[in-house]
Amino acid sequence: MALNKESRSYIFTMAVVLCIACSIVVSGAAVSLRSQQEKNQLLDQRANVLNVVGLYRKGMDVNETFNKRIETKVIDLDTGEEVSGVDPAAYDMFKAAKQSGSNVTLSSEQDIAGIGSIPKKAIVYVVRDPQGEVLNYVFPVAGYGLWSTMYAYVAVQADGNTIDGITFYDHGETPGLGGEISNPKWQQQWDGKEIYNEDGEPSFRLVKGGVEPQKPGSEHKVDALSGATLTSNGVTNLMQFWFSDMGYKSFIERHARG
Amino acid sequence: MADNLKGLVKEPVFDNNPIILQVLGICSALAVTAKLETALTMAAAFTAVCCLSSFFISFLRNITPSNIRIIVQMTIIASLVVVADQVLRAFLYDIARQLSVFVGLIITNCIILGRAEAYAMKNPPIPSFFDALGNSLGYSVILVGLGVIRELFGSGSLMGVQIFPLASEGGWYVSNGMLLLPPSAFFLIGLFIWAVRTWKPEQVEKPDYQIHQVHRTEVL
Repeated sequence: MALNKESRSYIFTMAVVLCIACSIVVSGAAVSLRSQQEKNQLLDQRANVLNVVGLYRKGMDVNETFNKRIETKVIDLDTGEEVSGVDPAAYDMFKAAKQSGSNVTLSSEQDIAGIGSIPKKAIVYVVRDPQGEVLNYVFPVAGYGLWSTMYAYVAVQADGNTIDGITFYDHGETPGLGGEISNPKWQQQWDGKEIYNEDGEPSFRLVKGGVEPQKPGSEHKVDALSGATLTSNGVTNLMQFWFSDMGYKSFIERHARG
Repeated sequence: MADNLKGLVKEPVFDNNPIILQVLGICSALAVTAKLETALTMAAAFTAVCCLSSFFISFLRNITPSNIRIIVQMTIIASLVVVADQVLRAFLYDIARQLSVFVGLIITNCIILGRAEAYAMKNPPIPSFFDALGNSLGYSVILVGLGVIRELFGSGSLMGVQIFPLASEGGWYVSNGMLLLPPSAFFLIGLFIWAVRTWKPEQVEKPDYQIHQVHRTEVL
């Protein structure tokens, strides 16, 4: 072979050609499969919303039930008013939170949930019974735990105060310790707890050492996770933040209580 | 030739198994085998990546400069892994989520790079493909074995179908929670190694060092 395999120019040529060939394969796969992946993501998101209000059954037609029972609203977080002109199925509020122009950067005192910025427009899922009465509101929330941002849906009853369910659908907490936030048995304790106290302040929190049901204030409290103080604090902060004036409180006051 | 290929596929399954004899690829064997479904998916993704990467690496072996051969191998393996990950996310979204990073970590699986270096760099594409297939089968057999035992006794089900009714749901089977944790796969792999070496004693390693018996008269 006339070609010198070990010459510098040959090595460079070989490396470049190989890299181009491989990147064509990789980007080809990524581009051609993207629409299918996005469909899956939307389906998964909808299944999570159905799950938090107890409508999810294995093997069901998620899209059909979702379209029948749930209305997706895009709201202005500041005023709590519904905004028109945004396609709720395509709007990703946590992506919008990272883009300047569509987000609000939080100061360090405001940012108790550790998320840096929030979107101007948020999504609320409204669940109705077959007669059209509102059963639940489902709020997407996010907050920093120990390792990364935890994402969850909180289902609240039509009174805007009583919790009906919680699903942490994405988090990176330590499996077995903080990772127990996705344990359904622990999540069951949230049902029936109240977010706001008499003064309308968000009072929901996780507490160490167990909740004593006869003590006053227990309606706002859920057992913290053992061995996961920082995750538990993160969950408390996340709830305090998203149900404050910065979060969904204006929407709740306008719609649920009013 | 055909006999030779058959041997290439058959040998790594029990006689030269990558997990229980060469003790490679343990990490993913611990991580993804708590359920049979994830174990099967991982085995399939691994087989596809391993066979194709060996094939392409062998195909390019004569024009690969030895200075950058590892980089060339890693580039090919990594590209195939990304494609496999994308395919899983598009068609098996739920399982892909459960496997999370472990599909990506196929890149660092020593079995694949081991086959590329030890076999594919020295042999033509077709035998390399079958050699990789054999090793993937060896890996898959262990993964599926672990998956069956861990899911059946850890959560009383197989492929998500309840086989033993759990005591916590009113049945009679008290599940063994330890089997759902990664370390249990270590114990099980140890038991597999024991079982296979009892069946095939030639796999038993000789002791590295034998303490020499010294008679007291020798000391003096």
